[in-house]
Parts: sequence; structure tokens; C-alpha cells
Amino acid sequence: MLPFLLRRILIAMPTIVIISVMVFALQHLLPGDPILVLAGEERDPEVLEALREKYRLNDPIPVQYLAWVGNALQGDLGVSLRTNQPVTELMAEKLPVTIQLAIMSMIFALVIGIPAGILSAVKKGTATDYVANVVALSGLTLPNFWLGIMLILLVSVNWQLLPASGYVPPSEDFWQSIRTMLMPSFVLGTALAATLMRHTRSSMIGVLSADYVRTARAKGLAERVVILKHALRNALTPIVTLTALLFGELVAGAVLTEQIFTIPGFGKLVVDAVFNRDYAVVQGIVLVTAVGFIFMNLFADAMYYVLNPRLRGQ
Amino acid sequence: MSHLKTAMITAMIGATALTASPLMAKDLRIALQSDADVLDPDQSRTFVGRIVYASMCDKLVDITPDLEIIPQLATSWETSEDGTAITMQLREGVVFHDGTPFNAEAVAANIERSQTLDESRRKSELKSITSTEVTGEFEIVLNLAGPDATLLAQLADRAGMMVSPTAAAAAGADFGLNPVCSGAFSFTERVAQDKIVLTKFDDYWNADAINFDSVTFLPIPDTTVRLANLQSGDIDMLERLAATDLTQANDDADIVVDSAVSLGYQGITFNINNGPRGDNPWGNDKRLRQALSYAIDREALNQVVFEGAFAPGNQSFPSTSPWYNQSFPVEPRDIDKAKALLAEAGFADGLELEVQVPNSTEPLAVMQVVQAMAAEAGIDIKLTSKEFATLLADQSAGDYTASQIGWSGRVDPDGNNHQFVTTDGGINDSKYSNPEMDELMNAARVAPSTEERKALYDQAMAIMMEDLNRVFLYHVNWIWAYNASLKGFTPYPDGMIRLENVTWEE
Repeated sequence: MLPFLLRRILIAMPTIVIISVMVFALQHLLPGDPILVLAGEERDPEVLEALREKYRLNDPIPVQYLAWVGNALQGDLGVSLRTNQPVTELMAEKLPVTIQLAIMSMIFALVIGIPAGILSAVKKGTATDYVANVVALSGLTLPNFWLGIMLILLVSVNWQLLPASGYVPPSEDFWQSIRTMLMPSFVLGTALAATLMRHTRSSMIGVLSADYVRTARAKGLAERVVILKHALRNALTPIVTLTALLFGELVAGAVLTEQIFTIPGFGKLVVDAVFNRDYAVVQGIVLVTAVGFIFMNLFADAMYYVLNPRLRGQ
Repeated sequence: MSHLKTAMITAMIGATALTASPLMAKDLRIALQSDADVLDPDQSRTFVGRIVYASMCDKLVDITPDLEIIPQLATSWETSEDGTAITMQLREGVVFHDGTPFNAEAVAANIERSQTLDESRRKSELKSITSTEVTGEFEIVLNLAGPDATLLAQLADRAGMMVSPTAAAAAGADFGLNPVCSGAFSFTERVAQDKIVLTKFDDYWNADAINFDSVTFLPIPDTTVRLANLQSGDIDMLERLAATDLTQANDDADIVVDSAVSLGYQGITFNINNGPRGDNPWGNDKRLRQALSYAIDREALNQVVFEGAFAPGNQSFPSTSPWYNQSFPVEPRDIDKAKALLAEAGFADGLELEVQVPNSTEPLAVMQVVQAMAAEAGIDIKLTSKEFATLLADQSAGDYTASQIGWSGRVDPDGNNHQFVTTDGGINDSKYSNPEMDELMNAARVAPSTEERKALYDQAMAIMMEDLNRVFLYHVNWIWAYNASLKGFTPYPDGMIRLENVTWEE
């Protein structure tokens, strides 16, 4: 397993380099001048020039890129043009928030999505199946921002049960933190649950018609054991990949949900940074999320080993 | 028995409420429309940043709701006969949040920092100060290059905010990460895009007027969510309620809504002579711009887009401003006059106008209404929606014909005009140039009395109304909504939230 993982890590390296070049180039291709945005209403030409000089924006782009790579390799991702805060510090602030949101959303997604998928595969063609499908489809098509605002109006304004928006770190007040995150993670989780349910269903249907499942039934095993032990384990392989990828997406930020619930996570940070042409912040975040994505893929590969004994021989 | 018990409990609760009620200290939570930028008065530029400063950083002078300059850290001031020196008496017994005493030396250090720090955005605001002289522990003289009528108004904003010289010297350009001022609340904590927490400063010179233990500013960009937070009690106050949410807020008995006409304006800026694109009928012929102005029903625009909550406008000041030129009131729409002007300019069959507009809801809605109105006069407006950073860059580079853009406004009338209409004005993206206008604008900067300045701005406004490098549309109203328990809040036209004498009474 180790050589396999090492090989995958080596393959990932050029990907990271290409991503960083692309992000750098694309940002500079965007129209708009970061210093003009930074200056806001006070556009004193002298100050603008001094700022351009300070942030090395007058250098040729390849020179800027190499300077950035040089610093990045030493762990310095630059400072935000907007707040002067170091990018690494900004990300250290946001990452736990985003990860908490991602984990809680994933729990919602898995707890709803997988059982619903199994149920609808086992009861294929029945009313249960149709209902589950319609619900899943609604979960996919309801826009997050709409569902989010409706939940806020209902749960926070009308019932006054949960805080309307914001974020409380778990270290400060654990239960309040969970309460604040419940609605946003439910909104994100239900959308993902729909995707998971559809994939679990089709994967299960495939496996349930396989010969070994018939054999298991012929042996006289209880239906529960057949489904959960024999069928599910095999059907899970594609679901694990999907879950890992979805989780990677969540870490990259759920912009709309974060915006509605005012959660200070990655998504909001990167969108604000793009609008403000805060180059260093955008580059830093994209780099870190790209690495995160690659890592989640590796993790999925590793999970195959655990779940599927046939791969271990390779 | 049971009745007696209930009565007793009620009485007890009532008594507790009574003793606790009048000045119960509280942690105030205020929602802002966006996150502030760097919290260094010399470096920052956002409107919401100024709202945070209003609680954290005292200024040399402040304004009244009627825009008069009043003492804050400076208790009085006197301008020399020739207008080249201002002598200020400073408040005694004031300390910064780090314990550094406030005195004339501190003021001198602050002005020097604003003028010399590489990253300072205050340089042009304080350009007229050539030197400072400390003439006593609490007396300072500001020497000016020449008379400057705008200076005091600048000192009523970020340029006049006093930061601790000790902390500023130690932190340099990183001061904003841990700002130290002398205001009612001191900086405690900031989590970007989440919150800014300030704590009551016990040694504040006016501490008796402050009734909150702390104040937390929370950026909540979505207007619906901002209001939902207020209704659910998660926040106590919000700024910039959307005009479309007014009915909902007014219907809620637990919410109070207050508003004030802003100092700024919204309008359409034309490219007159900014690069080759200025050479087009709209840039070359003021009659076309006048025709557009006549084609717009400003009152209807306000009703349709903002439910009548804002103020229709035709000058760079709102009609409530003491500087407004009353000889040019907001006129009703005159479509015949618009058509006549178009014909006179040789476009009897109408013509096209490309307007670039920021890609957010309100500006687009405004311009769509203007588009419909102008169409009736024969002006075919093409809207080019651009993301704000792009719009700004194109406008500055002259790559536009007309641009829907606004200005947040300044206390001094100079701020809404000089840099937009003088030949070398820093934000004159029209590249409009009129020697007579330059002369009036420069004269108004140095005129010694308010009356003389008013006369000069009246003359200038008459020319602006004729030349129209900016066609004004409306003035935003600052709308605050807050919990009914919050008492004593005063709306100011600068949109700030001043917490002196504001109380919380359950």
C-alpha cells in the first residue's frame, strides 16, 4: 500500500504546480486593478504608486510569481491587501470553521442519504422508492440560499429556536457552536444527501442482482445480513469516492450557504478576495484547497484498500 | 393561596426589573453590511470601518446632525487673521487605551504619521498643514500653506482621529491589527468576516455617557438575514436596512426604524474628455446630457426602486443640506423639453447611450427604470453590467461613455465637488475642464466665511447644472433598525452610529 500511495503523491506534485500557475495567471488576466479597489474613494496618485511598489505589482508577472513561490515554499503566503493580515493566519482562522461545517454537513448527508438509498434500492419500484426519489430530487433542486432563508425565518424568527446566523467556536461554547451550525449544515447536508442517495441506490441495485447475493440468499441468510453485510460492503466502493470528493468540495467552501448564515469560512473569504482583487488571499486559498482535494482523493484510494480485499494483491 | 403566590412572584419580578432597568449595562451587538478593512484610521477607506471608529477612536472635532463642527478632543480653536494658522486648545485628562496621555505632542505625532506613513490615505486630506507647533501641553498650532476652509471637516473624520503615538510607533504599518485609540471603547478582538469586539474603556473622558460594557460589530451582508437576526433578537441594531424591507420592519412592534438623508449622491458620470472614448456625441454636447436629465422622473424612480424611502436629487448635495442651491429644485420630468434638446443637437430621431453599471441589484434596478424613462424621449440606453472592480478600472482609464456611480459624501461641500469637476481633480474621471469652475472651486476652498463659500458653491452649482458631467439621480437614506429597548439613538447624515447617551431599557 505504501508504494502505491507514494506513487500517487508524486503524481500529485505537477498538478499542484500547474494549479498555482493557472490561478496566478487567471487572476492577473481579470480586468480591474487591485490598488484602485484598495484605494476606494481616495485615489491619490502618489499613494497608489507607493502601494503598487510595496506589493510589487509593477514587476513583470513571472517575477511576481516566482517571488510568491519562493515565499510560499517557506510557508509565507503573503499578506491580505485588504486587512494586512497574513494569509496563513487568515486561513488558520477559517479552516476550522469550514471543516466543522463540512463534517456536520457530511453527517447529515450520510445519515440521510445512505439509508434512503438502500431502502429505495431494496424496495425498488414500490411507493417507498418513488417517495424517496421525489424527496431526493427536491433536495437537489431546492436552491441552498432559498432553503436557508426559509429556515432562518421559520426556525429563528418565528419559533426562536436556533440562532439566525453567525458562528461560535466550539472551544468557546460547544453546544452553542453546534446549535449555530445546525441549520447551515442541514441545508448543505440535504443537498448532498440527495446525491448520495441516488448513487447508493443505483450501486445497490447493481449489486443486489449479482450472483453472490443470490447465493447468500440461497444459503438461507437473513435478508438483513444479505443486504447490510454482503451487498452494502461492495456497493460502498463508489460511494466512498463520492463522499471524499463531496467532502473536498465542502472544504473548498460553500459560498452561498456561508453568505446566508454569515459563517466566516473559506468560501466567503475567497469570494470577497476575488471581488477585492486580493491576490495573495485567493492564491493561498486555492493552493490549500487544491492540496486538500488531492489529499481527499488519496484518502479515498486508501479506503478502497480497506474495503476491497481484491485490490490488496495489486 | 395560589393567587397570593402569583401576586408575590409578579411583584418580585417587577421589583427586580425596576432596580435593574434604567441603566442596565449590556453587550451591544450591531450588524454591519460588510466587513471593515484594516483598522488603522490612517490606512482605512471603508464606510463600515468608520462606523467601528465612531466607538473606538475619538477625533479632534465632531459634527452635529446639522453638520456644524463641535469640540471633541479639541475644546476650542481659533484661525489666525490671514487664515494660515489654527490654534487648538486640547481636552485635558484624556488617555489612550494603552495609558499614554493625550496632549499636544500626541496630536503633532498623529498629524506627522498621517502625512508621512507610506501607506497613509490621509495625505491629501491634510496637505494644507505645513507644520505643527506645540505651544503648551494642551495647545497646538497648525501652520497652513494658505487658508483652508475644508480642514476642520477633515479633522472631524479619519484624518482627525487620534491614535496612541506609543502604539503607532511600535506597530508601524501593522497598527491596524491591534489599534489603540482614545475612544469610548477599546479594541479587544477581531475575526475577519465574523466580528469586531470592543470593550468599554473605563478611563474614557466621557465614560458617564457610555452605557454598554462592550459592543460587537458583526458583518452580515445579506439584508434579509440582517433583519431576521434583529427580529430573532440575535442582534440589537443594524445599519442600512434595505428600502424593500421597510414595511416588514415597520410592522414589527419590537423594532424601531430611524433614518437620515446621506451626504452622498448617486448619479451618472459622463466621459467628457477622458481618452478617445470621450469624443462621442454624449461627451461633446451638453444638450444631450441635459435631455437625459429632463427625461428622468426622479420622484417616480425613488418610488419604484426604493419605495419612496430615499431622496430624489439633482445636485451633489441633497435638498436637506445647507449647501443645496435652492434656485434649482428637483424639477418634474419634461419629456417635450428632452425631445427638443435632442432635436436641437441634431438627433431628432434619438440616439444610443451605453451606460456601465455595477452588477448588483439596486444599481441595475435604478438603471432599468432610467432606461425605460429615457426610451420615451428617444434615448436608447444600452446597459453594460460590470463587476465593480472592472467598472472602476474602466472608468478611471476612460474606457466608458457613461457610468452609473455614486459617492458616499463628505461633511464639507468641497468633498462632493472639487475632485470631480476641477481640471486636475483626482477623481475627475470625466476629465471635465472648465476654467471658471476651477476658479470657483479653488476660491471656495479658501473663502473665510460660510456665507462667502455658499455664494461660490451656488455659482458653481449653476454651471454644474448646465454642463452636467454628472447627472444626479438620488440620495441614499441611511436607514437604521434597532430593538425597541434601545433608547436615545440619534441619526446622523454621515451614517455613523454614535453611542454616547444611548441606553438599553428593557
